[in-house]
This record gives sequence, C-alpha cells and structure tokens, in this order.
Amino acid sequence: MPEVPEKLQETLELLDLVPDRTERIQLLIDLSGRFTEVPPRIARRPFPEEHRVPACESEAFVWSEERPDGALDFHFAVENPQGISARSLAVILDEGLSGAPLEQVAAVPQDLIYQVFGNELSMGKSMGLMGMVSMVTAAARKLLAQRRAQGQA
Amino acid sequence: MSDIESRGYVHPDVLVSTDWVAGHLDDPKIRLVESNEDPLLYGTGHIAGAVEVDWTRDLNDPVRRDYLGRDGFEALMRRIGVDKDTTVVFYGDRNNWWATYAFWVFQLFGHDKAKIMDGGRIKWTKDGRQLTREAPSYPPTDYRAPERDDKKIRAFRDQVLDHQKSKGRMIDVRSPQEYSGERLHMPEYPNEGALRGGHIPGAANVPWARAVNPDDGTFKPAQDLKAIYEGEARLEPKDDVVVYCRIGERSSHTWFVLTHLLGYKHVRNYDGSWTEWGNLVGVPIER
Repeated sequence: MPEVPEKLQETLELLDLVPDRTERIQLLIDLSGRFTEVPPRIARRPFPEEHRVPACESEAFVWSEERPDGALDFHFAVENPQGISARSLAVILDEGLSGAPLEQVAAVPQDLIYQVFGNELSMGKSMGLMGMVSMVTAAARKLLAQRRAQGQA
Repeated sequence: MSDIESRGYVHPDVLVSTDWVAGHLDDPKIRLVESNEDPLLYGTGHIAGAVEVDWTRDLNDPVRRDYLGRDGFEALMRRIGVDKDTTVVFYGDRNNWWATYAFWVFQLFGHDKAKIMDGGRIKWTKDGRQLTREAPSYPPTDYRAPERDDKKIRAFRDQVLDHQKSKGRMIDVRSPQEYSGERLHMPEYPNEGALRGGHIPGAANVPWARAVNPDDGTFKPAQDLKAIYEGEARLEPKDDVVVYCRIGERSSHTWFVLTHLLGYKHVRNYDGSWTEWGNLVGVPIER
C-alpha cells in the first residue's frame, strides 16, 4: 500500500515542473498564501507545548484530528510571522496528507523537504521542516498502532 | 546622540538604524545585503535595492565543508556590485542571526566596510516601512580580495582542543537543552548531526538570542550585555574567547556582540561547532 499519497504526489509533480530556483520560490510563496491557521475548536493560544514542532525556528505547531472515515486531518500554526517556508510546507502537508490513507501518511519520508525546497537548505532549517513532517507521520503511526492494539487494523 | 550611540557600545558605528538605512536607499556607496534563515523570505519582499546573500548557496564551498575561497568571494562581490569602497549593510530575519553570519564571513576576507542594520527585517517591518519584490541589478565590479584569513576570528578543532585543555574561556550559545545533551535523545526528534550530546567541558551556556530585545530584534544596551556575558558568564574583555553552536551560525551573532558591541579583541568563532565536536572520537564532553 504505501505509495506517496495522491494529492501530495500531484504537488511534487507540479514542483518538478519548476526547476528554476526563483520560479520555485515564487510557487512556494504562493502556496504559503493559502495557509489557514488551526481552528479555535482544535486549539487556542497559548498552544500546548506537546504540539510544538521540535527544532523549528518558525515556532510551528501541529495537530491531528480523526475524521469520520478514519483518516486524519492535519492542522498547523506558525507563530513566527517570517516563517514563510513553514507555512508553505504546512499547506503542502495539509492539502497532500489530510484524508489520505494512514499507512501512506505514516510512510512519508522526512526528506520530502528536499523534494520541495531543494538541497540548499541550511541544517537548522532542514531540521525544523523535517520536524513538521515527522510530527504528521508520527500521528498516523500512533493511530495505526492504537487500532492494531484494539484489533481494528 | 543617536539611540545606538547612547547604548554604550565600544564600536557603535558598526550598527545602523532603520532610519539611517531609509535615508541611504539611493546611496551608491551603500549595498544592502539581506541574509535570512528562511530561504523564501527575500522573495516575499525586501528593502529596495537589497541583494540576497544566501549562506548555503553563496558563502559555502559546494563540495567540502568550508567557506568559499578568494575566487568565490571575489565572484560574489562582483556579482552583487560591491567594490572595496562600498559599505555593506547586512540585515535579515531571526534577530539578524544569518546577517551576522554573513558579516563574519565577509570579515574573513577583510571587508571591514560592513555594518548591521539594528533590528533587521522585523524592526523594518514593525516601523511600517516598505518592502519590494523588484529584483535589483548592479553593474559588476572588479573586486579583488585577499586570501581568506582564518587566523584571527575563526577557530579550528585542534585549536579548540588546546584552548579547552588550557582552560580557555568558551561560550556555547545553543539552547540549554542542546547544551545539556538531553535534546539528542528526545523521541521523534530530528537528527542533530552529532553522535554525542552535551558541551565542551568548561564552556558556559549563554543562548545567543539573549543579546537582543525580543520585541523588535534590536541589540540590548552594553550595560545589559555586560550583565549577561561578564556578570553571569564571568568573561572579561581581555579574555581569549571561543564561541560555538551547532555549525557556527548562531555563535557568529555572539562573536559580533562580544567583538563589536563590547569591544573584546580576541574572540574566535568555532564553526566546526557541535556537528564536528559531537562526532569526534575521543574528545572530552561534559553533560
């Protein structure tokens, strides 16, 4: 089953069509404009520390919400107003992984960020963005493990 | 007396205010350089006329772990239209973290006509000043640089080992969790690029961002900086000091504070930092 979730694959293919760095940056900035913050029904400030992405300089937070169909929706907050990359990645993860099969979400590799942003990321930036991917995939793994333990999976 | 002059720095002229920058946007002897932690930020808008210098693409050797050499630095300066008489004013996001890093690298090549815009991007935008997406273009120059000089402001592994053995003063500017080593063992935490956690024995922990006012990113006055670095960390201006973090970027900020704002004459940045020390076989580590 684990392949890249369909909607995420579409985004990655779109990015592959834009090898020019300046144009890709513009595309990612445009994506960041679609960012919507976690709704108040899920979380309000001050956000709980357990939802903070470790090592993220943009102060990103991640939540997951179980849907009636058993999949997860993902929600994000980015407290640093200059955290454009974190917002952009949040949009890609939300639009690409919310509602996707949990096995596929759990298998998304951290190095997805290099497919999105290219290899010229600083170490600190890589760690923060990987942390966002990691928290999303960890939520899927945790729910799958719970279901296996309950004999549902 | 300007606000910056009133803060008691040893070299106040190394800082310029956002007001000053706004008044020099058309000055041909000034080149604004934006260096950010976030690689997308420059593209969302920058100060009119500012060029981007990106740490990973512009300041590093693309193959081995080192900074660019003389040829690369000359090419960079020619591309961004800087000659030997141009004053480069750096600014950026995250409390000028990467701006001070670029400033430090420029000093390896002796370009001392260099300043930092106090407060960086956050201060500029909080002032309500304009940003533009218009990409600037400058005629290439014939910039000639000396060979990179690593002796005065850069420290290498063996020098740091000797420094540690002789109980030299060191500041670890990482977070308390990185300093203690606890972060390396947190579950679901991304790899920090080091096999061992902790700090170099004898190093004091002063997180780099303590030097700035969190509201607007401006540097704290000298009196407050002295309270941190001399009162708490027990440094003295005559000390030979090594600063480090994970790869030398955050510590360049502390190097800037100690060298230019407090006037210390012997501060070196260990850019190998924890990603080197934490992977070395047999070196001492404290937790």
